[in-house]
Order: sequence, then structure tokens, then C-alpha cells
Amino acid sequence: MKKTRLNAVHKEAGARMVEFAGFEMPVEYKGIIDEHLAVRTRAGLFDVSHMGEIIVEGPEALACVQYLTPNDAGKLAPGQVQYTALTTPEGTFVDDMLVYCLSVPDKYLLVVNAANTDKDFAWVKEKAAPFRVFVVNRSDEHSQLALQGPLAQEILQPLTDLDLGQMKSFTFAFGKVAGIDCLVSRTGYTGEDGFEIYTLAQNPEVIWKAIMAQGTPRGLLPVGLGARDTLRLEAKLMLYGNDISDKTTVLEADLKWIVKFQKGDFLGKAVLEKQLQEGLKRKLVGFEVLDKGIARPHYPVFAGGRQVSEVCSGTFAPYVKKAIGLVYLPIEYTEIGTEFEIGVRDRKLKARVIPTPFYKREKK
Amino acid sequence: MYPDNLYYTKDHEWLKLEGEEAVVGITDFAQKQLGDIIYVDLPQPGKVLEARQAIGSVESVKSVSDVYSPVSGEVVAANSELAQTPDLINKDPHGQGWIVRLKIKDKSELNNLMKAADYEKYLEGLEH
Repeated sequence: MKKTRLNAVHKEAGARMVEFAGFEMPVEYKGIIDEHLAVRTRAGLFDVSHMGEIIVEGPEALACVQYLTPNDAGKLAPGQVQYTALTTPEGTFVDDMLVYCLSVPDKYLLVVNAANTDKDFAWVKEKAAPFRVFVVNRSDEHSQLALQGPLAQEILQPLTDLDLGQMKSFTFAFGKVAGIDCLVSRTGYTGEDGFEIYTLAQNPEVIWKAIMAQGTPRGLLPVGLGARDTLRLEAKLMLYGNDISDKTTVLEADLKWIVKFQKGDFLGKAVLEKQLQEGLKRKLVGFEVLDKGIARPHYPVFAGGRQVSEVCSGTFAPYVKKAIGLVYLPIEYTEIGTEFEIGVRDRKLKARVIPTPFYKREKK
Repeated sequence: MYPDNLYYTKDHEWLKLEGEEAVVGITDFAQKQLGDIIYVDLPQPGKVLEARQAIGSVESVKSVSDVYSPVSGEVVAANSELAQTPDLINKDPHGQGWIVRLKIKDKSELNNLMKAADYEKYLEGLEH
């Protein structure tokens, strides 16, 4: 099992460790609910060093990224970040990811899901063959910390030479954090304001400890993968393998906003265009469980007297205090307010399609 | 850590003998494994259970786990406090977080359960 460079720090902090995507990772420290609420109301610090970092570099790097992804990477200036996907020719997901524009048109960083890093790297390398680019998997060299929550900026600012107040959402810059060279981006996977901090340094625990020291008096907590999952689901951010996969198209996942048909050709474009024209047969929707109980992944879903699918993501959401989830439903059941049923062991619970995201932070 | 006056099962329930009755809950180890508990499915009084039959279930943010009866018996009461404050199981698993009270059918079944020292040894084995 792989370990991140922060492994010892988590164990010292008393984290419960589990295997995730081949890494020994902290699932919780104090408890999922406390950690979740800390991120919503104060701040939380995550080790997400398991994430994959793939660099595409060369004179045709932009053309290559454009071909591999449905969003328009041509809109990115250096220092900008974009949410997008790696798509199959069928318009389904190899993965979802962030693209960082390091230099136009010749250097891009792809940040991908830990569980998919090797698959993605092989995919990108194969599809990039016709382009004049190098594709390098730099995942093992990178550590990544995420500081998320309304107090993230005030906790991080004293530790960095970057002017965080000037940094907009979905942008990044290079600077020092706790004296260590980092890439700092205003991104995250929680639905809160915050930063993701990447470093190639061998001692990222220096950054971790400096942030904890700075933030603890303000209520900062270390946060594990358990709360990372409940936070991202409240904000309706996708989890590959649960909500999206190589069996679901980008349009079915209700991510039309990352599909830019005008930008030129890309993998899956023809299928997606056809699907858009003919209309979707099913779509990913958010639901809340009306009866007492919690829907969890793979629980059967019933509508119109028959099983129509199964739950993708489902959990108790600590901030909105409801049992919520995501499910692909036949298009005739996807209107807001539509009721259906979820099989929970020997019972059937009533559930209802509700607007998403389940939680949206108030913009200042 | 684990009180000497309780009996324990391999599924991480505890049992406290009180005369002809038994109070049953889940152990500190079990509540730590589950994490924050948000919902407890309780049985109705009068329900007759065989040893190792599911009494109900305990649901945390991240998982759900059945609770098994350590011995055969009839449910006399369920801890109704848990409907409002399920996290009593996290806070006080061997006390206020009790789940059911049973009328024991056959006390000899207690011989199948572990004492605290044996349970602690059993847990050590699980952690390696």
C-alpha cells in the first residue's frame, strides 16, 4: 500500500486510516460530522496527495488537451483552472479532472482521481500519440493539501507571500507557503471557498503543521476522506465510480456546461451531439429521502412499480441534515418534486427529486 | 477499558446481566468503527429473538451495521432515548447508549460469550 508523505502526521493526530485507491489514507480524525461542520463554518485541512498529476507538454499540448476533453481549454490563460473530463469516443467518462494552464499553448497540468491515475496516464499517452507532446505522470512526486472553508484565506495569508485577496476562484499562482515552493490554486472539492496547495518538496509536513498551528485557534480541523465525501455530495460534486463512469455520458451526468460543441473536434463529440439532438433517456438527479433511513450506493431504486436503477451516491448530509443522494432516473421521472422509492434492506423508503446543489454557500 | 461486569460477542455487542434480564448494546470498538451514529432501528417490545439473530441496526454517516442478540430471549424494552439522541451510543456505548433489554431464555448461553479480558485479546488479534 502506498503512503503519502503526510502519513506519520495523520497517525500522530489519531486518524483512523483506511485503504483508498491503493493509498493508506485518513478517513476521519474527530468524527465525520464535526469535520464536515468545521469546513462549512470555519475551515478544514485535507491531505489529498493521493490525487494524480499528469503533465502534457510540447508545441501541440493545447491541441491535445482540446481533443481529449469536452470543455474549451483554449479559453484558459496561464494561471487559470478548468473543470472538465477525459471522455471516451462514446461520450462517457474516462475520468473527471481539473486542467491547469501553465503556459499557452504548450504546458498543461491534469489533476485526476487517485483511483484512475494509472488508467488516465495510459489513456492520455495513447491518445496523445499523434500530437507533438510529452505526457509525464508526476503523481508520486507531488503532495497536495487542501485548505477549505470560510476562514481558509485568513488562515493561509500569514503563511504565504502570495496576495490571496487578489486570487479569484479557479485561478492559481506559484509562491511560498511556510517557506516551501508551492502551486496554490483557489479550488476545492467541498463547495466552500478554499485553496489546494501542491508541492514537490519532500517535507510537506512543514506546510501541514504551519497551517494547523495558524488555524487551530480559529477552529480549523484536520479532515479525512469520510467528510470529504459528505462535503462534496452536499455540493453535488461528482465522484468517479459512483456518479460518473465509462457507462454514463457527460450529458446524462447533467454536466452539459462542460461540453463546448463549438470548440472543434473532441473525443465523444459526435455521440454527445446526437444525444443532445435526440434527447436524453435518463439523467442524474439529486434526491432526498422522505422516510426515516439513509439511501446508500447500489440500493435499488423503484418508479412506476418496477426497478429503474440504483443509488449512485447516498449519505446522511451533516450540514443540510437530510439523507440525500444522486441517482440516474428515466427522463420521465426527473422533474423536481417527482416521488419514487428506494429499497433499504427489507423496506421501501419514499424519496423525492429535489434541486441541486443540496448546499450552496452564500457569496460575499 | 472494557468493563469486567459485561459479556462480549465477536460481533462487538456487550451484555450486562441484571437478574433474569440482560441489557444489550454495542461496544466502544464497534461505535468507533461506525463513527457518528445518526439513526438506530429499534425492535418492538415482545419480539422474540434467537441468539445471534438481528435485533435491529445502527446507522452512521458512512455505514450501517446490524446488531445481533448475544443470547435468546424476549425484548422487554428498547432505549427510546436513541430515537432523539442516537449519538448516546458514541458518547457512552457501555452505559446510556444501551439498545435493548431482554428477558433471557436460557442463562447457559452466557457461557458462549467472552469476558472483558478475552474480548480485549480478541480485539488485539483484529488489529494485526
